[in-house]
Amino acid sequence: MSVLVIAEHEQGALKPETAKVINAAAKISDNITVLVAGHSVANVAESAAKIAGVTAVIVADKPVFEHQLAESTADLVVELAADYSHILASASTTGKNTLPRVAALLDKSQISEIIDVIDADTFKRPIYAGNAIATVKSAEDKKIITVRASAFDAQGEQSAVAVSSVESSADNTLSEFVSVEQTESERPELNAAPVVISGGRGMQNGENFALLNGIADKLGAAIGASRAAVDAGFVPNDMQVGQTGKIVAPDLYIAVGISGAIQHLAGMKDSKVIVAINKDPDAPIFQVADYGLVADLFDVLPELESAL
Amino acid sequence: MKVLVPIKRVIDYNVKARVKPDNSDVDLTNVKMAMNPFCEIAVEEAIRLKEAGIATEVIAVSIGDKACQEQLRTALALGADKAIQIDTDAKLESIHVAKLLSKLVEQEQPELVILGKQSIDSDNNQTGQMLAALTGRSQGTFASKVVVEGGKALVTREVDGGLQTVSLSLPAVVTTDLRLNEPRYASLPNIMKAKRKPLDVIAADSLGVDLAPRTELLKVEEPAKREAGIIVEDVAELVNKLKTEAKVIS
Repeated sequence: MSVLVIAEHEQGALKPETAKVINAAAKISDNITVLVAGHSVANVAESAAKIAGVTAVIVADKPVFEHQLAESTADLVVELAADYSHILASASTTGKNTLPRVAALLDKSQISEIIDVIDADTFKRPIYAGNAIATVKSAEDKKIITVRASAFDAQGEQSAVAVSSVESSADNTLSEFVSVEQTESERPELNAAPVVISGGRGMQNGENFALLNGIADKLGAAIGASRAAVDAGFVPNDMQVGQTGKIVAPDLYIAVGISGAIQHLAGMKDSKVIVAINKDPDAPIFQVADYGLVADLFDVLPELESAL
Repeated sequence: MKVLVPIKRVIDYNVKARVKPDNSDVDLTNVKMAMNPFCEIAVEEAIRLKEAGIATEVIAVSIGDKACQEQLRTALALGADKAIQIDTDAKLESIHVAKLLSKLVEQEQPELVILGKQSIDSDNNQTGQMLAALTGRSQGTFASKVVVEGGKALVTREVDGGLQTVSLSLPAVVTTDLRLNEPRYASLPNIMKAKRKPLDVIAADSLGVDLAPRTELLKVEEPAKREAGIIVEDVAELVNKLKTEAKVIS
């Protein structure tokens, strides 16, 4: 058994999800190769080589891989696929974009967003917005799998293993990168933050989200939002936590003015500690919260900021 | 330009799925079913392309037994010109669905296929990407904006760090994210008119795709329940609990 893990990286740095995907890979096999596909990604490869459990790192460095578009990355992975029994990627927007394309080119059924590894063929994954957990067994000789990174611990470190480069004939005549609008933020990313504070419709408007800033600064938290707050136009969609947004599982999740719709709970209910602040004592969010505070958020937030 | 819109019949968005007592699957007996929300967005986008004079024909397709004709009639009422049911009662995985759709793409030659990014039952998020691979097409997944001009589709994608725009050579496959548009409701006259629009039925067997299962569903369970915690009186108590009891802040 041998696993190929596709590294998740951005702006020349390895993203923390990769160490979690490698944790999932380590439950399948002790032969783990990390593929770094990109352009000018030497630093990424170096970081990947130091993640515990990794046995080799291969780098495909070519301008066509710069923006990690699915068309070229999938062709690259297919070129390399013969050597591996399992191909894993994070269930990030990059992994979700690329891996099904790989699976179809190899004529394999894919298993999406696993949250547990039972054995090399058998995995657990949430379905119906996390209202049910399915245990599925793949009959494919080569498994193509995306991993919900928040369900796995990050692997520790090791002394670096060898990094080698790989040639690829992959090209992309189908699509072209045009631009990216990166959300500028000094804060940690939602997927990786140890603390997340999210606002809902109760925030009333986008300006009021500033009330979360001071608390987030003090806690080193990322700021998220419910779908209701995104739909109402308060904040951009990349802040959305939920079934259709980001799935997070921080040590501490603070839900402010969020009622707790099923689709939001699907994105945060695996957090270690949940705090809910809402003036409606019947809000469903209190049913999953470890600590609930029934109060007006506009009174509570300034008080909380100064108490921290 | 012809646009193909694959749609799926799923549990209604507002209904909470329940696990069967024997843990064999989710219980869908007598549960309200509807068009998958992301598919509604796909239908809406195709109709808007037609209203803008870019699309000339919108074809809705669904794979399943006769019941999915209900969702196809909805698509017709919303403005699709024609519907196709690929008839099968087999339990399909995304790879099967993508293969069946690829056969239809060969027959119909649409310049654009628009479909939902994921269905809210299996939550796979695979079919569009697989279809693009099987038909050798470009893909624009998780789209929040689609502009078609000059033989290209300019697709703005919702990605983890923000928004990415890609230019796709046509023919292409696009999958929809939530903010692409707000779907309309079908009017009563349009619902009546939809009954007379063409709905063709093709037997899945006739498309020459091996539909043998590749993944076995061993068990379906309720997720671990979270116990409701305690209600604190004020901010001071909350901070104190987080420090001394939960030990998540210092």
